[in-house]
Amino acid sequence: MSTTIWIILAGGLLTYLTRIGGHIVLSRFERIHPRVEAGLNAVPAAVLTTLVAPAAMNGGPAELAALGAGVLVSFWAGGMMTVFLTAAAVLIVLRNIGI
Amino acid sequence: MTTDILAGQSGPRDFAQGVRDSVPIIVAALPFGVLFGALAVDNGFSVFEAVLMSAATFAGASQMVGIELFGQKVAPWLIVFSIFAVNFRHVLYSATTGRRIAHWKPWQRLVGFFVLSDPVFAETERRGETKGVVTWGWYLGVAIPVYFTWIIEGWVGALFGKMMPDPEPYGIDFLLPIYFLGLVMGFRKRPFWLPVVAVSAVVSIIAYRTVGSPWHVSIGALAGVLLAAMFSPDARGKRGAQ
Repeated sequence: MSTTIWIILAGGLLTYLTRIGGHIVLSRFERIHPRVEAGLNAVPAAVLTTLVAPAAMNGGPAELAALGAGVLVSFWAGGMMTVFLTAAAVLIVLRNIGI
Repeated sequence: MTTDILAGQSGPRDFAQGVRDSVPIIVAALPFGVLFGALAVDNGFSVFEAVLMSAATFAGASQMVGIELFGQKVAPWLIVFSIFAVNFRHVLYSATTGRRIAHWKPWQRLVGFFVLSDPVFAETERRGETKGVVTWGWYLGVAIPVYFTWIIEGWVGALFGKMMPDPEPYGIDFLLPIYFLGLVMGFRKRPFWLPVVAVSAVVSIIAYRTVGSPWHVSIGALAGVLLAAMFSPDARGKRGAQ
């Protein structure tokens, strides 16, 4: 097999290890400490925020307006689809009128 | 518990709901799947290798980093290590979601964790929060369409990447941050949400500027998680964590 194939397979295997590793470690414990529990409950917001924040920082007015619209709509109307479509629409409109 | 019994046998309605929940994920990820295929071929991958990487890794950001380094002729072990570094956040997903799917059969968990990408993880947490239980059927309903469209997109990008339009006027390059923002907002009812978001945002931006990408993800996330472990009301045992 070529080096490229090895790189791909090794990368895939290590990725899989990260995806089962946390569960394997945690499932060794009978009881989960409240602090660990609280930390895990924060995982979605914490990780997903790090995927948005630098993009927001690098964004121009159109990108920031889109994210701002997304935040407003989520407080107002809620649903994921509504937030997504509104923010995308704001972004596309602003970019096309040259902001 | 009855929920455990019900969770084991998930009906077709669960699967159908999962498929519906997969639609926004597919829309948001689509341009990146295609872009990956195009860039992979551009950086010296064959079409087969591009498709194989999408199927074996199923993690967009790490795939992009991998082919970028590959194009720069970086040592193979360093490419593999970088993929691992970018994907390290999945350890947290695994520990978090593991609590929700502990009632699945072992082989179901082994398969389930293989496709536990960012959006699949986020939708699973949302599902667990609203329904109280995540069934195997629902999970498959989300994961199967997302996984296979991702592979097909990589293949299409690898074949036709040269013909792609400029994504900028359509806002395609910014769809993922928007999608992730929507998910972040979806968790706002959780205790201690705002402090976690604020700290993760600030720390990830600082890390992005100092240490650099992709470490800002793990560093920023860890800051938010540690904050919650130390100071959230759950951590101090004031209310029963579920």
